[in-house]
Formats: sequence, structure tokens, C-alpha cells
Amino acid sequence: MPDERIPFATHADHTVLGADEIVLNMGPQHPSTHGVLRVKLRLDGEKVIGSECVIGYLHRGVEKIAEHRTYTQFAPYVDRMDYVAAVSNGLGYCEAVEKLLGAEAPPRARVIRTILTELQRIASHLFWLGTHALDIGALTPLFYCLREREEILKIFEKFCGARLTTHAFRIGGLQYEAYDELESDVERFCKPFDKRVDEYESLLTENRIWVGRTKGIGILTAKEAIDYGASGPVLRASGVKWDIRKAMPYAAYDQYQFDIPVGKNGDTYDRYIVRMEEMRQSRLICLQAIENIPTGPIMGKVGKVLKPPPGEVYHAIEAPKGELGYYIVSDGTTQPYRIKIRPPSFINLEAFDKMIRGHLVADVVAIIGTLDIVLGEVDR
Amino acid sequence: MANDPEEKQPSANLPPEPSAPKTPAAGGEPASKPAETPAAPAAAKPAAPPVPAAAKPAAPPRPPAPPAPPKEGPVALDNDLVKRYKEKFGSAILESWIDRKQTILVVARELLAEIALYSRDDEKFDWLSDLTAVDWPKREKRFDIVLLMYSFEKNERLRLKVHASAEERVPSVQGIWSTANWMEREAFDMFGVVFEGHPDLKRILLPDEWQGYPLRKDYDILTQDTAWIRENLGIESGQ
Repeated sequence: MPDERIPFATHADHTVLGADEIVLNMGPQHPSTHGVLRVKLRLDGEKVIGSECVIGYLHRGVEKIAEHRTYTQFAPYVDRMDYVAAVSNGLGYCEAVEKLLGAEAPPRARVIRTILTELQRIASHLFWLGTHALDIGALTPLFYCLREREEILKIFEKFCGARLTTHAFRIGGLQYEAYDELESDVERFCKPFDKRVDEYESLLTENRIWVGRTKGIGILTAKEAIDYGASGPVLRASGVKWDIRKAMPYAAYDQYQFDIPVGKNGDTYDRYIVRMEEMRQSRLICLQAIENIPTGPIMGKVGKVLKPPPGEVYHAIEAPKGELGYYIVSDGTTQPYRIKIRPPSFINLEAFDKMIRGHLVADVVAIIGTLDIVLGEVDR
Repeated sequence: MANDPEEKQPSANLPPEPSAPKTPAAGGEPASKPAETPAAPAAAKPAAPPVPAAAKPAAPPRPPAPPAPPKEGPVALDNDLVKRYKEKFGSAILESWIDRKQTILVVARELLAEIALYSRDDEKFDWLSDLTAVDWPKREKRFDIVLLMYSFEKNERLRLKVHASAEERVPSVQGIWSTANWMEREAFDMFGVVFEGHPDLKRILLPDEWQGYPLRKDYDILTQDTAWIRENLGIESGQ
């Protein structure tokens, strides 16, 4: 009888089925994909050797709608893109249209815009931190994060009546005067907030499980990050010190002192550290801004009917997730001829395939979380 | 150079009509090939979308240009940057504009990839922030493909534009910036612009089998692929 012993498993055929590679479908209904993201994973054992993101489940044709609304009518739609940072979306849109019109918001409006946008950045990062930690298995931070975020949403509610899709600004300035206690509310939130960030950090930064799950995962070098068009914390964690608030200041950012935190390794841990530090910096901006809110009008000189002269403009702001840009073409009528939105989530997500290769299935949720995507913005 | 914004809409050109004024829209560019320059300045209202509907309040005929000097609008540009590009690529740099303090270069479609590579490596516009298309259906070459670039070193933005008709293929810049992959897929998905040399050009936001290109101006806002909807959603209409 010939020897029929089964040979030891070699690298090539380590399963009796001979299934070297399998394709695993993740999403679109999956709690860790932060919405309706579907990822097709090509696996070798537990190792991901390739992936493809399938998006578009939330596609609402925002850019097409824009061509059929006036500039003013379109403003509320942008809140529905990145719905956890609606204020930032609104700021980008209003400033882009102002640039197109050649108008400018008055100083008071610019400072109030800055305060609210920075609060929104904190709220967005808090929501990111809570859900990202939850994905990786740390349940606790979520409760603390949402507790603080609630304070910010209350300020928004007092300011404009809405908590999520705020439509807080108008083209040319602000619709409403800030309520009386805005400064004291912001101060009450910001004063103790650095201690709160320390608390979150005490839960995670030196936590062995957290470090094990994030260090060295999803590395993006500076060169790759630039090649993939990454922006925001994803770019800065790779060591590129670039922030539009500093590079091309808008709103009132040129008046305040703050640092741009950068990482070194471009891994999931560094992106976490960068965002934590950004929350502290945003707090400092808010505290500086409430010191001295200029008095004066809150609306600049824009007409009731907005008719920008023909031409085009690109205006980008530093949204919590990265560069949020609006490219608007005007044909001289009351409706935009074309609006192209550059969503940071969409473009950061593109680097997902690069980042996941070689890691394990369990790291997929870590990398989706660290990119901080919002599918409403990816799909528009 | 007339400085009237009403008269100067480089992107909004109607197809050259016999009656259209023949003054070249971009004065400072001797090198541009006249045939390639779809530059009859849009004296009339620029190509309004031939779309319907309730939306557009029929704009009353524009009153003759107000006397006030124009605040905004594209103006021909000829600075050092443009000179360097023209030195390198000559007549492939068709037009150069500055609009709201932002530089726009209109370049020959065939050389887009070379010019993009030069921009990245020599002019240090190393970050592609966005790539998109704009549809001007009344023009002979209906699409503008727009590349928005940024330079970390100079802290400047630059916009490259090419014109393409619906049948013409545009060179892909995916090999120059990996990020262009999805952007070009989106432009293909929404406009049907075909990028030559793209590794995997397929729809990205819409379903693969969808018929039609929604962001084209002749695609009505209520249009949908009813066959697809009936087959895949089992309903008559997605409205």
C-alpha cells in the first residue's frame, strides 16, 4: 500500500477544501461600518489581501438638486451630508457662495461662526471617539463622549433651534443674533473640557488592549497620504503639518493662537492622538473667541436675491474630517450652474484598501473607524 | 480686455455663432490655436440648462451692463506661472484666467496627463484635491474636466481644465495621483466622461447597470432608470 499519509499543511494548501482565498461580504447593514458601507474583502485565512468598497446606498443626488434650487434654498441640503458636523458643512457652503458673490460676512458673524464651528469639531470628534472605541471593544468612552456632546448640541439648540441639521448660518452672515448667554454657555462647557479629554485618555491612551488594537494598524505614510488625497487628521497623523485654518485662514481663525497636532507613524493610534489633541486646541480657540466677540451687524451686504456674476470659485474649509471643498460654477442666474462638493470622507475612504491590506479581519472595523467617515457625505 | 463680467464667461460659451463677437476672449495668449479655443464670449445668457421645470423663474432680459466696475469674474491672466507653462507646453496651454483670485489654466486634452505630471513634479502642485466635470450641452465640446490641485510648498491652488466632447476620451491621471481613481469613476458615473487608461472605470455611486448620466444637463431631475427600478426594486417608480 502506498503511503497515504496526509502531508503537513503547507502554505499553499492549508485547508482540506483547498479554499485558499475566500471573499467575505461585510455590510451594508453592519453596525461597525457607520452607516451603509459595504466592503468586499478578499481573505487568505484571517488576513485581508484585497478589498473593495461599494458605496452609493445613500446617494441622493445632492449636486443635481443644487442645480434646481436657488443659492439660498440649497443651504439646508448641505447639512444632510455630514450630519454629525452640519455646522461645518454650512460654513463651507456659505463662505463659498460669499466668495462667489464677492461679499464678506461682518466680523461679529465671523467670530460666532468660528465658535460654533469649533464646538462642532469637538462634537464630531467626540462622536467619532465614542463609536470608534465601541467598535474596537471599549464600551465605556461612548457614554462619556455622548454626555459632553449633548452639552454642545444644547448650545446649538439654543442658538438656532436645531441640534443636528442646524442650518446655523446664512449666506452673508447669520440670520439671528446670538442669544445672551452664548458666551457663558460656551465657557461653562469649555473650562472643564480639557479635564474631560484627560479622562477619555486615561481610559484609552495607555490601555494595553487599545494600544494593541491600534498601534501599527492601517499605516499611511506621508507620501501615500498625499498620493491618496487624504486630508484632515488622516493626513496630519502621517506627519504632514497642514491645516487649512492656518494655511488659508477663513472665518476668524487668523485671530487665534492654536497648534496643529501631527503624528509620526500614520497609524490608527496616531490618528487617535491627533484627534484628541485637536479637541483640546478647539477648546482653546473657543475660549479665546468668547473673550472678545466684536459688536456690530451680523449680516453683510448681500441682496435678497442672490445672483453671483458668472464665473467659478473653489472654497475649502477644514471640516472635522478633512478638506471640505465647494466648487461652484455660476452662470449669472439665481441658481448654481454646477456645484461639486469635495467630501473629505469620500476621499479618505479611498485609502481604505491601501490601509487594510495585510491586516486581519478584526482590523477592518478599526480602520473604518479611524477614517472617521460619514456615509451621508460619502454618497451625497 | 473688456472687464465686464457679463461678457466674459469662459466656461459658458455658446457655440460660436456667426453673429458672435470675434474678439478673442483671452487676449494675452498668442499661442492658442483659434480652432481649439471655443472662445466666443457668451454675450447672451450662458447656456441655461434645457431643463424644465417649475424651477427657473424666467430671468428677465438682463439690463445692459451696469456702469459700476465689475467686482468679480474671470480675467485673462499672464503671470510667471503661466509663462512657465507656456514655455514648456507652448500652444497646449489654450487659455489662462484668474477668477476670484484663483488661477485657471485651460489646456489641450491630449496633453492633460503630461501637464498634470509636470504640475505635480516641477511646479509642486502635489496634492489633487478634486477632479470633476461640468456639462455645457450647447457647446461643441460639451464637457469641462476640472482638476483642482494644491501645492503644500507654495500654499497655492491651481485649476486645470480641458474641454471634451461626449465621444472624446480624456487621459486618466490615476497614475499620477492614486486619489484620482474614485474621482474619475464619479465623473464617469455622473457625466459619462471616459478616462483613457483608468484601471477600473465603472460606476461608483449608482448601480452598475443604471442607464443614463444624471448630472448631464439634458437628464431631467425627475428622470430615472425605470427598467432598473422595476427589475431590482419591484416597484413601478422610485419617486
